[in-house]
Amino acid sequence: MSKLGDLGAKLYRGEVGYDFVGKRFVWYGVSILITITAIVALAVQGLNMGIEFKGGAVFTTPKTAVSVTQATDDAERASGHQAIVQKLGNGTLRIQISSLDPAQANAVKTKLAADLKVPEADINADLVGPSWGDQIANKAWTGLGIFMVLVVIYLAIAFEWRMAVAALIALIHDLTITVGVYALVGFEVTPGTVIGLLTILGYSLYDTVVVFDGLKEGSKDITKQTRYTFSEIANRSINGTLVRSINTTVVALLPVGALLFIGGGLLDAGMLNDISLSLFVGLAAGAYSSIFIATPLVVDLKEREPAMKALKKRVLAKRAAAVAKGESPEDEGFEAADGPQVVAQGRAGRRR
Amino acid sequence: MAAPKKGRRPTGAQGRPGRALAIILIAMVALTAGMFLTKQTTPRLGIDLAGGTSITLKAKSEPGKPDAINETNMNTAVGIIERRVNGLGVSEAEVQTQGRDHIIVNIPKGTNEKQAREQVGTTAQLYFRPVLAFADGAPAAPEATPSPSASSSGAPKAEGSGKPGTPATPSSSATSQGRVLSEALKAPAATASPSPSASESKKADDKAPAPTPAPSGVEAAAADLQAKFAALDCTNEAQRAAAGKGAKPEDATVACGKRGDTWGKWILGPAGVAGTDVKDAKGVIDPQRGQWIVTMQFTDKGADKFAKITGELATKQMPQNQFAIVLDGEVVSDPSVSQALTGGNAEISGGFTQQSAQDLGNMLSYGALPLSFSEDSVTTVTAALGGEQLKAGLIAGAIGLILVVIYLLVYYRGLAFIAIISLLVSAILTYTIMALLGKGIGFALNLPAVCGAIVAIGITADSFIVYFERIRDEIREGRTLRPAVERAWPRARRTILVSDFVSFLAAAVLFIVTVGKVQGFAFTLGLTTLLDVVVVFLFTKPIMTLLARTKFFSSGHPWSGLDPKRLGAKPPLRRSRRTGSGTGSGSVTAPVDVKEA
Repeated sequence: MSKLGDLGAKLYRGEVGYDFVGKRFVWYGVSILITITAIVALAVQGLNMGIEFKGGAVFTTPKTAVSVTQATDDAERASGHQAIVQKLGNGTLRIQISSLDPAQANAVKTKLAADLKVPEADINADLVGPSWGDQIANKAWTGLGIFMVLVVIYLAIAFEWRMAVAALIALIHDLTITVGVYALVGFEVTPGTVIGLLTILGYSLYDTVVVFDGLKEGSKDITKQTRYTFSEIANRSINGTLVRSINTTVVALLPVGALLFIGGGLLDAGMLNDISLSLFVGLAAGAYSSIFIATPLVVDLKEREPAMKALKKRVLAKRAAAVAKGESPEDEGFEAADGPQVVAQGRAGRRR
Repeated sequence: MAAPKKGRRPTGAQGRPGRALAIILIAMVALTAGMFLTKQTTPRLGIDLAGGTSITLKAKSEPGKPDAINETNMNTAVGIIERRVNGLGVSEAEVQTQGRDHIIVNIPKGTNEKQAREQVGTTAQLYFRPVLAFADGAPAAPEATPSPSASSSGAPKAEGSGKPGTPATPSSSATSQGRVLSEALKAPAATASPSPSASESKKADDKAPAPTPAPSGVEAAAADLQAKFAALDCTNEAQRAAAGKGAKPEDATVACGKRGDTWGKWILGPAGVAGTDVKDAKGVIDPQRGQWIVTMQFTDKGADKFAKITGELATKQMPQNQFAIVLDGEVVSDPSVSQALTGGNAEISGGFTQQSAQDLGNMLSYGALPLSFSEDSVTTVTAALGGEQLKAGLIAGAIGLILVVIYLLVYYRGLAFIAIISLLVSAILTYTIMALLGKGIGFALNLPAVCGAIVAIGITADSFIVYFERIRDEIREGRTLRPAVERAWPRARRTILVSDFVSFLAAAVLFIVTVGKVQGFAFTLGLTTLLDVVVVFLFTKPIMTLLARTKFFSSGHPWSGLDPKRLGAKPPLRRSRRTGSGTGSGSVTAPVDVKEA
């Protein structure tokens, strides 16, 4: 702990810090690259939608002693797709497999008959419609739209419109990356995946809001001082909440990572994969974007303001004057000077 | 809730940590006791984890409508059934088509199966039809003309909420019932081709005395209907079922229905308003009469039609000033009308139980099925996710949790115990509430929801982390623990509330707008977010205040996670100088510091 603890103290005092804002264009570049990759993957590979969304084939077997797990394995091996297997009350199996054309369906039927050791003629094949139909999907989209509008309004009121815009961009960034990963990996998209995406929607904004809250506090009364520019203060507030961000991300990612790597990987519980992958990627992207993308975006938007431009001028003029007087210039403004150096610590309240 | 002002004044929890802890302890005990008393010790699991019942419905092809069974109608039916079985949106039932004309409905274990079967199968064709004649349910003597049998005084009344309509003009007609009936039938019979509703009550026809061939179509239709009416025996279940079924809305028909404890039969005019004109309906209890009723709100068009039909009926005499509310061919209510009802609202009363009123409300709100279905099979289904999958998930989740605990312990040391106990409190509350809701509103937990709950650990833990980091910042400023705990709280509280509000907003919007699994998810998210706030306010903060009084924490023991030296605190001396030279506000500092001293 002590190392990280020391780091926390140093970050707090501004003795160390990463120049998130100064190097923002590097990270913008990284994000754009990832996002483009995601979009290309999406366009080229497309999403592998599960049976719940587009329906598929359903096979009903005669009464059999084969277990659900065994049958699932067989069906997935036979078809190469995810299968939903249920045992009915009379001992027969209902096996649903997504995206099969009639020829494939027949081949799968033959294979299934061999694997499950039942006569092929007794397997009844039929088409099955989506259980997650257009109606559910449409309503989910409507809900998403309404939420986005409301949350932008809320953030614009609670913070300011620049932050609302930045938060929204970060959110879209996170969702694009997550969806893109599905296209790349080729995992089947299930209702679990969608639920995972929606969870990220909430979490990504949540995380951004926590970081913005620090920024808002840090930049309060900014025009009343001439020591730091807005971008310096923003950078400082990111560093001030960095320990919180790291800890929260670790705590959120540990259980999800365990689900993904131990549950889905080692223990071979395939169903967990498609849920936890979206959560894992999304949570990581959410934590990354609130620090590397959202806050720097606010800086970009904010520094266009005349008041902030004027402040920057004043700060630079003051520094130039100090240099001229022979005083040692403050190192980028991060070096803590003696005396009450107020705002820059990413904490308001001490001066108002 | 959003963005509260910075608290300068001490919050309730601050001054009386014991009280807040007592509240949450009582809540925990009450919920746990409730859980054991109702024997709902586990949350209800979704169909993917626990299996359930699978109902297969087959669309019935109806004569004259060979193309009715098509993809569009099947999908509409799936949508409507989905909403019916997921009434409150959290029961995670699955509905899908199979083949050309089958619909599979999977409902999780523990759902009221009988009710679900009734809900999915009912067509819910609703019509408001004017009453032309009424009689007791048993077949009348063949020659009897429909008599204006005085409808019992207990007959329900149509009540329109809203503006009173035009006052009823007294009817001047003194015509006999028979003539009124014929006249009433004239319009529809003239337009409707050959014989309306000829097929549906063959049985009744057989029993009826051979109708004398009538010269005109109008007379014939009226006579035909009258004959059917006379012969109809509503106490006979088969006849009852056949009576009103399949009647086209634009034709007159006979129908049966229950009035109190006895059956009654009606001749009903063409439908004035249909179920599709209902915008919203709910089963509610009428506080004045203490009985369950169904209130309806019409669409604009429906309101106009309803005003028109009630306006016409108001001018007539018993029983023709009544209209019958006919659901799937059966009269559920026959209120009399004394004035035009123009408010766009109406209510149905008459022998509803809570269940039947709410079911009917649901069905009217979600619309009628475009097809009628018969039950093909009802069977149990096992979980689609084998026990091994769930087990693997739980093992992985447990490992993840242990890692979280280790991480917190390494980083926060003593403080970690507060975080872990808080998580535990949160877990107990979540678990008991979910278990209770399984019974209460049919809440069912599926695998995605379990994963969502695991992510919720992160969001909940974040609240503690925000607070702990604030406290540490204050200690770095050179404060001792007790003032640091209090000073850190208002700021941490604001961050927690603002960010939780965003999560809650997402949950609320999705819950209101969406259906099916998304709605179930939104419910879980909203619940865990609310509990996060509850736990931080009523547990973490008070316990922090209490523990700050212990020597272990307040002395900054190296293992407390609050050791000023480790945190790199500024020497207290400097702090006092700095406070002195502050920019002159100091308004936050003073009261809080004093408060806990």
